[in-house]
Amino acid sequence: MLAKRIIPCLDIKDGTTVKGINFENLRNAGDPVELGMKYSKEGADELVFLDITATFEGRKTFTDLVKRIALNINIPFTVGGGINELQDVDRLLNAGADKVSVNSTAIRNPLIIDQIAQNFGSQVCVCAIDAKFDGDKWMCYTSGGRNLTDKELFTWAKEAQDRGAGEILFTSMDHDGVKEGYANEALAQLSELLNIPIIASGGAGSMEHFRDVFEQGKADAALAASVFHFGEIAIADLKSYLRQEKINMR
Amino acid sequence: MEKIAIIKYNAGNIFSVDSALKRLGIEATVTDDKNLIQQADKVIFPGVGEASTTMKYLNESGLSDVIKNLEQPVLGICLGMQLMCRHSEEGNANCLNIFDVDVKRFVSQKHEDKIPHMGWNNITDVKQPLFDPSLENEYVYFVHGFYVPLNEYTVATTDYILPFSASLHKDNFYATQFHPEKSGSVGERILTNFLKL
Repeated sequence: MLAKRIIPCLDIKDGTTVKGINFENLRNAGDPVELGMKYSKEGADELVFLDITATFEGRKTFTDLVKRIALNINIPFTVGGGINELQDVDRLLNAGADKVSVNSTAIRNPLIIDQIAQNFGSQVCVCAIDAKFDGDKWMCYTSGGRNLTDKELFTWAKEAQDRGAGEILFTSMDHDGVKEGYANEALAQLSELLNIPIIASGGAGSMEHFRDVFEQGKADAALAASVFHFGEIAIADLKSYLRQEKINMR
Repeated sequence: MEKIAIIKYNAGNIFSVDSALKRLGIEATVTDDKNLIQQADKVIFPGVGEASTTMKYLNESGLSDVIKNLEQPVLGICLGMQLMCRHSEEGNANCLNIFDVDVKRFVSQKHEDKIPHMGWNNITDVKQPLFDPSLENEYVYFVHGFYVPLNEYTVATTDYILPFSASLHKDNFYATQFHPEKSGSVGERILTNFLKL
């Protein structure tokens, strides 16, 4: 039976992991490769590395980093951030990434999804969507949540699927960082609407939140960052808890 | 030291397979040189891509005949395994016919059946030598929209929508539908079993 996936997300700036990471037994917790290997050993099913560098120099550093990740990590990983054109996708896949995630670029230029799917296959293309509930509708944002767009979550997610996205990574900006659980209602609606896998993001604070996002949110995968980075939840403990809760885990 | 060749052609994931071997301490040769492939002690035939386009490339480059006639252990991975079958519904492609079986398209039976089959799933009814009994029920990583039905060459089974072949074996030819190079330590054990043949 297909297992639900647990995915730690690492934000990378100038080749090092950001956010206050504090692990005693890591020589260099700032090194994304070491941190990724640690998560992989603990049972993470996939990893996501997001490049938040804005400079050209930083981009090159990130590509070199992707090569090191591919050489050292034996589970699938997705990279995102700063993908503006097909050439960027080609560069990152050649460096060894399994999937790429597109967010703002896809909203500005939806054709990039078609292009990625046609050139490299749908399985490579993760469409990341940041959205916020305005009291009536879920509206999409770009540029790390700074700019409101005229796209509505469900319409855009469906369009992304139809254009060839292989997965949707939905972050609820209302839930992100609050640690009170994922946006299960919106997630369940997405799952009902789409027939590609959905990765839930934003809101993990406890192990129960992961159970709920799989049971109520019908998510295929749950992504989280700070609960893992700050050592609040150990992935191995989380997976044994979820197994006890009868959720299929690797 | 044994010579391991990874067949280079117009398909993805070759770098991943090479990296996985490096992690096992093996320096493989990534090549499309027919002599180097024929002379290797073991050959890996990886693949991520579309069947008919890839078969066209293999036929035009002459690699098809080389692969079919190899006598050393050969491991096909993912699309590599599908191309080793007789025919694929993907692009209506005639394939290498090493395994006398046809590749089918997954058809969803209910809304929860998402296609492609992507993620970690378990393998059962595993058979030696590629799988030792301790690998029964272990999880491996899959990404595919087409599948090989169960048949006389099936040496591992996975259930998604229906039970299908997670792995095939006939004579010197071995193949996995999943990606051992992305399947953590379990994948490394399977690769090691192949390298020990």
